[in-house]
Amino acid sequence: MISNDTALMAHLLRRAGFGANRNELEEYLAMGYDGAVEALLNPSDPGNMPDDLIRRYHVEQSELRDLAGSAAYWMYRMISTSCPMEEKTALFWHGLFATGYAKLNQARSLLNQVEMFRRSGLGSFEELLVELSKDPAMIVWLDNNENHGTAINENYGRELLELFSMGIGNYSEDDIKGCARAFTGWTLGNAEYMSIRASKDSIWPYGRIAWHFDYREEDHDDGEKTFLGETGNFNGEDIIAIIVKQESTARFVATRLFQFFAADVITEAGEKTIEEMMATYFSSGYEIRDMLRTLFHSDYFKSEEARFARVKGPVEMVVGAIRMAGNYQNPALGIEKVSNTMLYMGQGLLQPPTVEGWHEGSEWIDSGALVERVNFAAKELSDVSSPGVRSIIHRLEAGADQGVLDPADLADGCLDLLGPIEVSEETRSVLVEYAARQGDLDLSGHQPGDEAEKRVGNMLRLVAATREYQLA
Amino acid sequence: MTTTKREKSLIVIQLSGGNDYLNTVVPYSEGKYYDYRSTVNIPQDKVIPIDDRYGFNPSMGPVKFLWDERKVAIINGIGYQNPNRSHFRSMDIWHTAEPDSIGKEGWLGRAIRDIDPLGENVLTGINFGRGLPRALACPGVSVASVGDLDTYGLFPDVQDEELRMFTLEAFSKMYGGAAGRDPVMELLGQTGQDALQGADILRTAPAMYKSSVEYGPDSLAQNVKSISQVFHANLGAKILYTQHGPFDTHSGELLSHAKLWDEVAGAIGCLMDDLKEHGTEDDASILVFSEFGRRIQDNGSGSDHGSAGVAFMIGGAVNGGMYGEYPSLAEAEQIDGDLRANNDFRSVYTGILEDWMGLDAAPIVNGQFEKFDLFKS
Repeated sequence: MISNDTALMAHLLRRAGFGANRNELEEYLAMGYDGAVEALLNPSDPGNMPDDLIRRYHVEQSELRDLAGSAAYWMYRMISTSCPMEEKTALFWHGLFATGYAKLNQARSLLNQVEMFRRSGLGSFEELLVELSKDPAMIVWLDNNENHGTAINENYGRELLELFSMGIGNYSEDDIKGCARAFTGWTLGNAEYMSIRASKDSIWPYGRIAWHFDYREEDHDDGEKTFLGETGNFNGEDIIAIIVKQESTARFVATRLFQFFAADVITEAGEKTIEEMMATYFSSGYEIRDMLRTLFHSDYFKSEEARFARVKGPVEMVVGAIRMAGNYQNPALGIEKVSNTMLYMGQGLLQPPTVEGWHEGSEWIDSGALVERVNFAAKELSDVSSPGVRSIIHRLEAGADQGVLDPADLADGCLDLLGPIEVSEETRSVLVEYAARQGDLDLSGHQPGDEAEKRVGNMLRLVAATREYQLA
Repeated sequence: MTTTKREKSLIVIQLSGGNDYLNTVVPYSEGKYYDYRSTVNIPQDKVIPIDDRYGFNPSMGPVKFLWDERKVAIINGIGYQNPNRSHFRSMDIWHTAEPDSIGKEGWLGRAIRDIDPLGENVLTGINFGRGLPRALACPGVSVASVGDLDTYGLFPDVQDEELRMFTLEAFSKMYGGAAGRDPVMELLGQTGQDALQGADILRTAPAMYKSSVEYGPDSLAQNVKSISQVFHANLGAKILYTQHGPFDTHSGELLSHAKLWDEVAGAIGCLMDDLKEHGTEDDASILVFSEFGRRIQDNGSGSDHGSAGVAFMIGGAVNGGMYGEYPSLAEAEQIDGDLRANNDFRSVYTGILEDWMGLDAAPIVNGQFEKFDLFKS
């Protein structure tokens, strides 16, 4: 029987990470739930290979201009990290402050933005918005380099309020203008040089360098502005200080965190948790880490209702299956192909479709995407030569009486070790029936890749193809 | 869905990477062309003349053959205002018909929704190749993406046929079972069954198809062959999409561009022969486009990203001929060293949607655009 502690810890690690294999799960269980929450929320050394070493294997990642190599690089970081919450948080902000390669043609600046999310994504929301407003990729993405003291461009000012903080309906068109004026002069230091480089669209002779932020006093409109009922000679930081004070901002941030880290659909109990997170937002001085701590300790989060209440996003699906199978722990050929698989499922890293990010939840599911999801996870988890799958086989053998599993043991054992995953009675009976076709499984004396091991692989394939496996 | 009168289908071949307009439809009588393209040019004596001013790239023999039969519409100077030289952004613009803001829905996704609003046929729109081009993406619209028609479906990596059959059977039971009250589980169940059903139907296509046409070994030819198989299986597929590339010829252009056009023209020639053999020449039209053309001045080995390009509409029902003006190479007429677009791509979309597919174009392409008379009435 699977203990509730194990199931709850697996749930936490699906949300604050990309799921966990049994070894990881046991390490976190040893810390206890509260200890695990703190370890996840306070990332230390992610243990990834240094970039210069990675690039010996991946020349395409050296230059980091190119989209495919850069997306694969981030995926490798997600696969290999021992601080999964750091990458999960970066993925959250990447979806919320969605900045895409299409307009930038500059993956290096995008990866710098992701690094900023790693560094600041669990800290103060006020500081995060200031960093975001100075982020070169964002400045280009939403045209703040075209926002001048003499002629404003409202794009960033508008989206900062609508998509990044308060949400539509909580400010006026005049507030947008005031906001945009405050961010005039927040621009790029090397724009002219970079635009010459871009017009040649050449990486030669020195490769791409990243944009950097520059504040140009002479292009800043220092006049009086009225914003959300307050008046002053506001600069960008002043505007952000006003934004973060708003109740609507607290609700917006809490809701988005809830939907990404807890459940796609907000129930009554979920609404109560969002309100607790809003209270923490104010009491902590806008700290994201504290809001998430409130979430992870809430009754709602620990309840059955929150389990499997999210459709796995493609990145979670791919990274989760690879981590479970134990593949790509070091940079390896073929990682770009795997990274493209996420794109085929509808979520290409560094290329959100619009500034609104991805439509998540049930919108991940369409027939083309489902075929990709099932085929990928089924293939990844059925390969008995993968280290993670070998470990599952050893655990199954060790847990069985004399190494013999009856069909129900095999189905339940695989469901347990891939999660534990809870499935409907119908699903379980199909799994058991599938195993029963070949009777009891004798794993004693199994050899790598033999028929007995392949039967485990076949069961893992089928579990990876269940409806329930689509959920996190 | 069986109909005796076949309905019209659109086949799209996307040339990814920015096809070099100047070396596709070559202005071989213009001295300026040879001035700007001192290295990366098609010599006068190699061009396949269309008239005394323009000629096809020498790799486009099969297209010239169709041109002579008046089945090829050349749409000159196609693009949009304020050109964007990023592959991704420009392709997005073509896919979503939204040059000014970032669009959410693909134009063909919207078309599929209009053709089959209830989503009754899971095969109304099909992409051949992996992943879904944004042109076909639209919330709530199911589009099959077929990497390889012969292995399309679930668990293609399972070699043992018996094992694969058992696994598919189990999948079908798991996705067909009662979903309870949970709408997400229900959606998953329905989608899984749609995917199985689509795969089952699609897998019948190759067996139903006979043809004496031999397609080439390259990926485009194979995808186009799959398109022909599915089209001729009468499965109600209205939009069949594929892409080829990379046309991003920054260096070594003459060789790579020639090879690509050998493949594109070859595949188009085979497909048209195939349609003729099946008596379906007037039932399918082929759109060929690229996200932009290339810089007027060559870079010594290839050409860099540019603006206006060329599109083709090909088919038995197409009014062959030259449409629109070839943009001037004169310096005053250029836009930052590029050919200036004088035909909005959405006017071509409008013509296809209204005159070929019988749909209301304005809501799909986000506005009213004058159209060419591309199709025989």
